[in-house]
Amino acid sequence: MKNNTWTIIKKECARFFGDRTMLLTTVVMPGLMIYLIYSFMGNNFMEPKDLDRATLYVENMPESLHPMLEALPLDMVTEDVDFEQLRGKLALKESKFAVLAFPEGFDSLTAQYDPASGLPAPNVQLLYNSASESSQQAYTMVSATLNAYENMYCNRFDINASVDESAVFDLASNEDVVGNLFSKLIPMLLLMVAFMGCMSIAPPSIAGEKERGTIATLLVTPLKRRELALGKVLSLSLISMLSGLSSFTGMMLSLPKLIRADELGMDANIYQASDYVVLLLLIFSTILILVSVASIVSAFAKSVKAASTIMAPLMIVVMLVGMLPMMSGTEVSNLAYFAIPVYNSVLCMSQVFAHEASMVAVVVTIVANVLYTALGIWILTRMFDSEKVMFSK
Amino acid sequence: MNEILRVEGLSKTFRLSRKQQQIERTDRKEIVAVDNLSFTANKGEIFGLLGPNGAGKTTTLRMLATLIAPDKGDAFIDGCSIVSQPEQVRAKIGFLTSELKLEDFFTPNYLFDFFSQLYGIDPEVVAKRKAKLFERFGIDKFAEVKVANLSTGMKQKTSLVVSLVHDPEFVIFDEPTNGLDVLTARTVTDYLLELREQGKTIILSTHIFSLVERLCDRVGIIIDGQMTHCDTLQGICGGLSLEDRFFDIYKTKKGGLE
Repeated sequence: MKNNTWTIIKKECARFFGDRTMLLTTVVMPGLMIYLIYSFMGNNFMEPKDLDRATLYVENMPESLHPMLEALPLDMVTEDVDFEQLRGKLALKESKFAVLAFPEGFDSLTAQYDPASGLPAPNVQLLYNSASESSQQAYTMVSATLNAYENMYCNRFDINASVDESAVFDLASNEDVVGNLFSKLIPMLLLMVAFMGCMSIAPPSIAGEKERGTIATLLVTPLKRRELALGKVLSLSLISMLSGLSSFTGMMLSLPKLIRADELGMDANIYQASDYVVLLLLIFSTILILVSVASIVSAFAKSVKAASTIMAPLMIVVMLVGMLPMMSGTEVSNLAYFAIPVYNSVLCMSQVFAHEASMVAVVVTIVANVLYTALGIWILTRMFDSEKVMFSK
Repeated sequence: MNEILRVEGLSKTFRLSRKQQQIERTDRKEIVAVDNLSFTANKGEIFGLLGPNGAGKTTTLRMLATLIAPDKGDAFIDGCSIVSQPEQVRAKIGFLTSELKLEDFFTPNYLFDFFSQLYGIDPEVVAKRKAKLFERFGIDKFAEVKVANLSTGMKQKTSLVVSLVHDPEFVIFDEPTNGLDVLTARTVTDYLLELREQGKTIILSTHIFSLVERLCDRVGIIIDGQMTHCDTLQGICGGLSLEDRFFDIYKTKKGGLE
């Protein structure tokens, strides 16, 4: 009966692939949702909105600034400006204007002012309402113009000013910029979606069988507990892997849109097939561990609900571990770090994305993960064999 | 008579949680479910364990089915120890109880094949056996209907059939008619008699006197985890009805009906 593990795997897959709702929610939806959300965020949140044209009321418009302010896409009113009355109106969030008040004789005041005197500089008031997007936008434009004017006034030096538009000052290569960005973001996101996949798949399959009493039916057959544990972990990992792949694809396709890579002159296609193969191996070995943990928790829990509840704090731990390379960097000299479960995978993935991966580290990580999974399966076997765990009410 | 089951000093103690202590209104931390139980059953007979609820019948049968392990003692089914050879025991027995559920998602047809594979049965034998059993219990019309959509009676019949995929020589049946509608109950008891005719051994638990009188060759009476009497039906009753005799025994043992 060596094929019993295979029989269990087939049953789990038949259960999963035969259920369209489950297939949709765990494999199709994650990738699609990530793609749509990231693309949407990239297209909308990062783009300046077309707002209603705001009005700028200017009191005591100085000759010097008039041309610059008039060039802004704002309707300008310079006659009969009642500062106090406008101030009252501006308190309403529906107001679509900003008020700019210069002191009388601004030009001569600024010409006479000596910064070394220690006296307060001539003051310009710019009133706006940050709750109104139009008003806020007007404020941003006007204050930028005023700052530029002030800079012109006492310009002593510029930074990276160049007549030649093609001059390059950031000498990092495209590969390094994109690699650095991806190595910080993607491993954590991948770990998160992989764990979420395991969280939605393992409890119904193990805690659910316990809750519904179907696992007892399996336990009275000559099926060995080890075969059951192995079959469950392998099949659940396979399904979680599909879920993870779906998220990964969605992420890789939409991340360039999220970070607006094309506008920043970045190209996300900097990885080769071999990089992806290493990544897939790393992800699969990580999923094996995550599924083992999720299975043990599910076998311990009395119900699917209880299993999900225990899993929530674990999710936070996994996420924090996922963020470590973001904070501490990816340069690790000691190979022992690659034997720490979950952390090793995130670290390795970060290195692959940053083009810094060493084959030794990848091998140590994968071997360590497989060993941890074997330990997990051993624990699960013991749990399936324990009447206290299996028949606790 | 060929002895096929030998139970030797089987004992099982459960620890009570604080909640259970409150429900049972007791300060005891442990409850002795089965207390040094010994008996034998012969090949080709129906042996009944008779006793009130909580006497330890189900616990005894679950130990025989290797779902739970005894604290003390051992039992041998066809020579295999339930303690040291649980996997061999599982291959020999068919265990039936309302506790064993089938996954709602699958059809009787799929489940029959799935469990047959776990027992390592030749596909040709599986096909023949499936056709025969499905016809016998009227499952053939519902073979491709998901368990979730079957009627309660049909679910129970499917559960029974699935427990018998490997045509076991030794059948353990916990409360055979509990929760069954009258028709299904009759089908099941008739089938048990049929199995006996085929030379199979059946050990069942029940608290229904008429069921014991109709089916069992020999009876063991369990009260508070101990076997007070174990004999043929005639040997125990001695002219009285089983019901009267049982309450005599119960009163002697407990000193009254409460």
